[in-house]
Amino acid sequence: MSADLSESVVPPSTESGGPSSGPSRRTVIATGVVVGGAVVAGGTFLAGSEEAAAAGASPSSRVSLTVNGTRRTVTVDNRTSLLDLLREHLDLTGSKKGCNAGACGACTVLVDGQRVNSCLTLAVRLEGAEVVTIEGLAEGDRLHPLQQAFIDEDAFQCGYCTPGQIMSGVGCIQEGHTDSPEEIREYMSGNVCRCGCYVKIVRAVEQTAARK
Amino acid sequence: MHPFSYTRVSNVREALDAGSRGGRYIAGGTTLVDLMRETVETPETIVDISALPLGDITATAGGGIRIGALVPMAVATADPKLNSLFPVAAQALRGASAQLRNMATIGGNIMQRTRCTYFRDVTADCNKREPGSGCAALGGYNRGHAILGGSDQCVAVHASDFAVALSALEASVHLQAPDGRNRRLPFADFLLRPGSTPHREQAIRQGELITSVEIPAYPRPLKSAYLKLRDRQSYSFGLASAAVALHVRGGVIREAKVAAGGVATVPWKLSAVERALVGERPSDRLWAEAARHAADGARPLQHNRFKVELLKRTVERQLRTVGEME
Repeated sequence: MSADLSESVVPPSTESGGPSSGPSRRTVIATGVVVGGAVVAGGTFLAGSEEAAAAGASPSSRVSLTVNGTRRTVTVDNRTSLLDLLREHLDLTGSKKGCNAGACGACTVLVDGQRVNSCLTLAVRLEGAEVVTIEGLAEGDRLHPLQQAFIDEDAFQCGYCTPGQIMSGVGCIQEGHTDSPEEIREYMSGNVCRCGCYVKIVRAVEQTAARK
Repeated sequence: MHPFSYTRVSNVREALDAGSRGGRYIAGGTTLVDLMRETVETPETIVDISALPLGDITATAGGGIRIGALVPMAVATADPKLNSLFPVAAQALRGASAQLRNMATIGGNIMQRTRCTYFRDVTADCNKREPGSGCAALGGYNRGHAILGGSDQCVAVHASDFAVALSALEASVHLQAPDGRNRRLPFADFLLRPGSTPHREQAIRQGELITSVEIPAYPRPLKSAYLKLRDRQSYSFGLASAAVALHVRGGVIREAKVAAGGVATVPWKLSAVERALVGERPSDRLWAEAARHAADGARPLQHNRFKVELLKRTVERQLRTVGEME
């Protein structure tokens, strides 16, 4: 087994809300993986007993994919989204969960070079796929030109949507939909920014495209 | 999300076998995964058909076009043939975000389910989701709902823009059944009005696979375009939309193909508008007169009365736009 080949078991994410006095969900999941990779189905982070019971019998599958250049082999509960695989298991928390329904774009990543909503992508379907997330964009210490442009243009405030905006912008530039600010706006409309930084986001995409 | 088993198939035969055993096909997954997460959809088995060879766009004899079921929306909307032959169809594929268009396919687009908030909310009454439970939209907040084609069981709007263009252009759907038999269904018969069975949305049988959609040939030149009005400028479901195609020769409209979206339970073919146009000479007066029929038979609900006028104006504006195209 090569050094970069990790195999582990990924439980599905749940939408359980509310404060918890126990360890955080991420800690629990990470611990579960470390102690031996059993499907973690305890009630700590599952919404209710019914779902927990169902999760115990939930089918899982093995899938090999490349994430930011590293080959990963994981066994995932079939329900696991690519977003949850990245965030909850691979510790790549740059991709954000906003709406979890394909409406906000905060989870945007590239799969085989195409920008997609990772929240609507089932990880189990990604056999052989190449995934690039915001963490994989820079080359060493050198930021991707669009990352640098977001800094130069001050194209964010709270920053929550920014990884998705940048990944979507990379896709937009690759697709060649950057002929005018209007075209950029249209082709970036799948990424919502509640801080309203659109003018600067459009400028960052426009300038990066022009430099290519 | 309920647990499900997952199967990846590599050819149509395998897909049909899995489909006939009750498997649910998944292509782009943008609707299905979303609804599974809401537990609106609870398939026990999903059958991944993304590797099937249904990804071609081919011109047909005489100037029609056939689009494979697995062509991504992003590919179809950029296709030179589709843009040249039927701009209205290419434009109608631009409603979703770029991310969704990269994922979603043509077959999935016409299988997409309503965006009715009560349908998506498993705590609400919905005859479409749970037959016999009632319709929360009828007495609820129904601004986005249908003014045409509804019943006392369901007034949910069909969400697809592309389907509006297919309806206008009288396309057909190619299907393959588990026994291997192919059939071709007029698009008008593919999507079902709710009536007393709102849970039945497509005339598709268990295990049947959409292989392609086909837009027939038309006399040329054919001018066409799509107009969609929505609450925000981009990436939103329509409040009213119009797909219009006109063939004008010798200063007279010989063919008029018109359908509306965002206002009805299925893409709404505007036959009365078409009849008012054919044989006439284009003029502002004609567009206004024809569009007056656009909302014939409308039954607005408490919060969507505005759609009656909006629909007429949308159709009039788009008739004029297409009519004045070179």
